[in-house]
Amino acid sequence: MLSRFIDRNRRPISAFVVLAVLLIAFTIANPKVFLNPQLYTAVFTSLPLSIILAVPLVFVIAAGEIDLAFPSVVGVAAWACALVIQAGGNHLFAVLAALSVGALAGLLNGLLVTRAKLSSLVSTLGMNFLLRGLINLGSRGEGIPLTAQLNDAPFRFIFAGELGPIPTQMLWAIAFAIVGVLLFNYHKFGAQVCCVGDNQESAREMGINVERVRTLTYVYVGIAAGLVAILSNALNLIFWPNTGDGFLLSTLAAVFVGGTPTWGGVGTVTGAVIGTFTVGFVTTGIIAAGLTGFWTQFFYGLIIILSLLGHRFNQPRYR
Amino acid sequence: MGDYIVELRNISKAFGKTHALTDVNFRVGRAEVVGLIGDNGAGKSTLIKIISGVIAPDSGEIYIRGKKVDNWSVAAARRAGIETVYQDKALAEQQTIARNIFMGRELTGFLGFIRGKDAYNEANRLMRDIGFTSKVFSPDSIVATLSGGEKQGVAIARALYFDATLIILDEPTTALSLTESEKVFGFVRQIKQRGCSAIFISHNIYHVYDVADRFVILDRGRVVMSAEKHEVPSADQLVKDLQDIARTGRRIE
Repeated sequence: MLSRFIDRNRRPISAFVVLAVLLIAFTIANPKVFLNPQLYTAVFTSLPLSIILAVPLVFVIAAGEIDLAFPSVVGVAAWACALVIQAGGNHLFAVLAALSVGALAGLLNGLLVTRAKLSSLVSTLGMNFLLRGLINLGSRGEGIPLTAQLNDAPFRFIFAGELGPIPTQMLWAIAFAIVGVLLFNYHKFGAQVCCVGDNQESAREMGINVERVRTLTYVYVGIAAGLVAILSNALNLIFWPNTGDGFLLSTLAAVFVGGTPTWGGVGTVTGAVIGTFTVGFVTTGIIAAGLTGFWTQFFYGLIIILSLLGHRFNQPRYR
Repeated sequence: MGDYIVELRNISKAFGKTHALTDVNFRVGRAEVVGLIGDNGAGKSTLIKIISGVIAPDSGEIYIRGKKVDNWSVAAARRAGIETVYQDKALAEQQTIARNIFMGRELTGFLGFIRGKDAYNEANRLMRDIGFTSKVFSPDSIVATLSGGEKQGVAIARALYFDATLIILDEPTTALSLTESEKVFGFVRQIKQRGCSAIFISHNIYHVYDVADRFVILDRGRVVMSAEKHEVPSADQLVKDLQDIARTGRRIE
């Protein structure tokens, strides 16, 4: 029973071991900071956005593709959301604008890969520049302040409030992650995503619409980007043209640190969530441990390489 | 007539100037395993693709259970219970056996969620039926851990699940070791015991001789020999006949 559990969850378990070792090391280095609950509240403020983005990226990668455009999709969705709020529009409409702009941008990314048959690595890289460029052109590089409209609005409390000690954006992330785990492990969609990434010819011969499944994974990323856009506007009370930019490498790193391999066919949403925590704690931990910020990138790299080595030696052995 | 699952009458098919099939008559009875033999380019693939609906013939008639059919297609063939086990097996190797059996036709319930227990039990039953006696493998086993013969078994189990009455096996023993081939023969016998029919395609005459009830030999797009097993005393005789055909181009009726 236990061995079956371990067998089926090898990847997230090894991701969890990395996180646990990291936290123990940091706690030993600086027990005062790491045993203080306030630290966790601080980390939980920014972490949820990475979690929400990491979940659908697992689907894209398991389907055998990659998405490098999601930071700019967050950007355009946040921009649309901010424009609606600035114009004094209904906040529910602002939410729908963010989600639908995100989904449409995701759809466009998906169609470029599946219908125009472009390499996902290059086309999403291009789309990341293109969408960001559009934001810069349209906003002339200026931010949109939202404080006046959002200060006492329910929008802010729903998306960036607090429920007891827990920031509400964390609750959104938890809900989003649970849906992701269910979809990936127990839903037809997740099963077909894995078959497509595993062997697309086989999937096609068995009647799976390979293009449709892959396109949907990009739409899924777009919807997640829309939600992140909403949370980001609610948190910062201002829209910056570079919204979303910082997520690219750290979120992808989180997915891989979490145990989703690059070659498609397999992946783990639980692992990606754990990986997000690992990556999120590195910066905090380094500062708290009394090291200078110059160590940050070094430790990022070290954690990524060590995690990949761990996953490499922890795979089920095929005869 | 009703005794045949599939009957092809006077089928011809040409690709440009190449006559892939000329005036071919071919039929498969109930619970009958037909061995389809022929060299590369003899027309074996074209023949089975016509049966499975991938290719439409230029002329000739197709009868399914005694009834003439028009507008034959892959979907129509599936509905009629004709399943093809492709040469490449069409498996996703990093997935479990259960996921592979239900690939593209997942057992779903509420909101498209997979009925995992049902899928597991059904896959388990199929595996035992088809002769996976080893306790090492369960429906949760990853396909990449199976041997070539066992993988072929999964592909066949998948075909059996969807109430196939005719299973077409395209070169199922190519690239398999002797013991693995033996396993595939076991699967084919299982198909027959369940009252299903099969077309077993191979260019290895010894493989075909072991499992088939009847042999059909294609040569340059024509059926040059059709014989019941009891009419052919041994595989070696079959080889001799084949060599005769290849040398003289004569037809044995």
